[in-house]
Amino acid sequence: MENLLMMHEKDNVAICLKDAVANESVVVEKKSNQSKYNITLINDIPFAHKVALNDVVKGELIIKYGEIIGRATQNIKTGEWVHIHNVESTRARGDQHVK
Amino acid sequence: MSNKIMAYRRPDGKIGIRNDVAIISAMDNTNPSANRIASLVKGTIPITTPFGRGQIGHDLKSTQDALAGLGNHPNVAAVLLLSLTLETAEPIRKSLEASGKPVVTMGLQEIGGTLDLTIAGAKVAAKMVLDASELMREPCDMGDLVIGVECGGSDATSGLASNPATGKFSDKLIDAGGTIIISEPAEFMGAEHLLAARAVHKEDGDRIVEMVKCFEDIAIDNGVDMRGTNPTLDNIAGGLTTLEEKSLGAIAKGGTRPIQGIVEYGIHPENHRGLVVMNTPSAACESMTGLAAGGCHIIIFSTGAGNSIGATPICPTIKITGNPRTMKNMGENIDVNVSTIITENETIESAGERLWNHVEKVANGKKTSAEVLGEDQLSVSRWGLSV
Repeated sequence: MENLLMMHEKDNVAICLKDAVANESVVVEKKSNQSKYNITLINDIPFAHKVALNDVVKGELIIKYGEIIGRATQNIKTGEWVHIHNVESTRARGDQHVK
Repeated sequence: MSNKIMAYRRPDGKIGIRNDVAIISAMDNTNPSANRIASLVKGTIPITTPFGRGQIGHDLKSTQDALAGLGNHPNVAAVLLLSLTLETAEPIRKSLEASGKPVVTMGLQEIGGTLDLTIAGAKVAAKMVLDASELMREPCDMGDLVIGVECGGSDATSGLASNPATGKFSDKLIDAGGTIIISEPAEFMGAEHLLAARAVHKEDGDRIVEMVKCFEDIAIDNGVDMRGTNPTLDNIAGGLTTLEEKSLGAIAKGGTRPIQGIVEYGIHPENHRGLVVMNTPSAACESMTGLAAGGCHIIIFSTGAGNSIGATPICPTIKITGNPRTMKNMGENIDVNVSTIITENETIESAGERLWNHVEKVANGKKTSAEVLGEDQLSVSRWGLSV
């Protein structure tokens, strides 16, 4: 497997299959058709964490496995680390619930 | 890959892959006696609960169903059932009748003190173990197995390697006529529409959505974000950002076949073969106790960052991981290594076949790491407050 694995062609994030560092150029593998291309990482990315495959604006949905996994809480750039600091869940949000 | 295993044939026709004697305590006060008997007599397994008193309605029935389900388990050859009185043991004793296996019930107040109960129980249990040890394994089909699929200590490798490999096994077992039980509907959240669409009966699809909503409402009613509880802090450290992401990876372990039915906590899926959903909380210990009580011969436990817990020894737990670091750090707690999917481009198909071969060995008597190390835990879920 290459450095970044896309689980579904609709995804805007991919899984980093190694501990990668900022400014490193990594290969993205599309699971569907094995096509490959490179992107440059903005942050250090821990093994198995996610990287944005394109620019995402605040409020936009994050897609993995071709399904919604959350919503961006800030603008995210291509190659940026995607995790709890910039993505929130859309489910079980009692903290946001207005009674 | 073979479809044949050597297993024990029980009086009700089911097959068992272990041949233990269960010492079941129907309630809190006979737990110490059950544990003492189990420590005196090799080949016995204590089944205890800190509850059983002050329970009411569905919650009471569910505890009794789960304890009876563990006694009815086909890996159990015989049952010694303890309770404060014979009358309080009666609902569970009655449920054990259908299995046709030897069952002896003892009430503490009828027998005397706890030392009297321990001695009387140990004598009965020793005879049960001697009798059970005469039983011989005979040729049976893999397709008669019921396997629970569970995940814990998940990380982003779970949805990439260990859950899909488990899912490949699930599909193969179902195609061979077997049964897979997937539990933890809270961890369907964000993926429930995909499962609901696979339900053979529309009402089961609706029920899947409703079960998920019941768990989601707990977070809503408490005014909190589920994140931190689920995904857990170790899930988050392992790269899982939201429960939706975890769920979409988690459901892969159930494979791709249609959902044939839904069972409540600790209930054997008597009327279904194929893929079955069980309603359990998502804490592994409670979920696995439900799966064991539901008659799972084996639980396949998929882990990412590593989780050592095993189900009661009545139901051996096979640990599988796709994370190469977990293999390095916690290898003693892992039975099947599929990190080769990430490190060596092994196909999911090949990993699923290796898992099949391992399940076959465990069904034939090979021990799991959790069995040998004694990592088993048991906790029957509660569905209401004590009164």
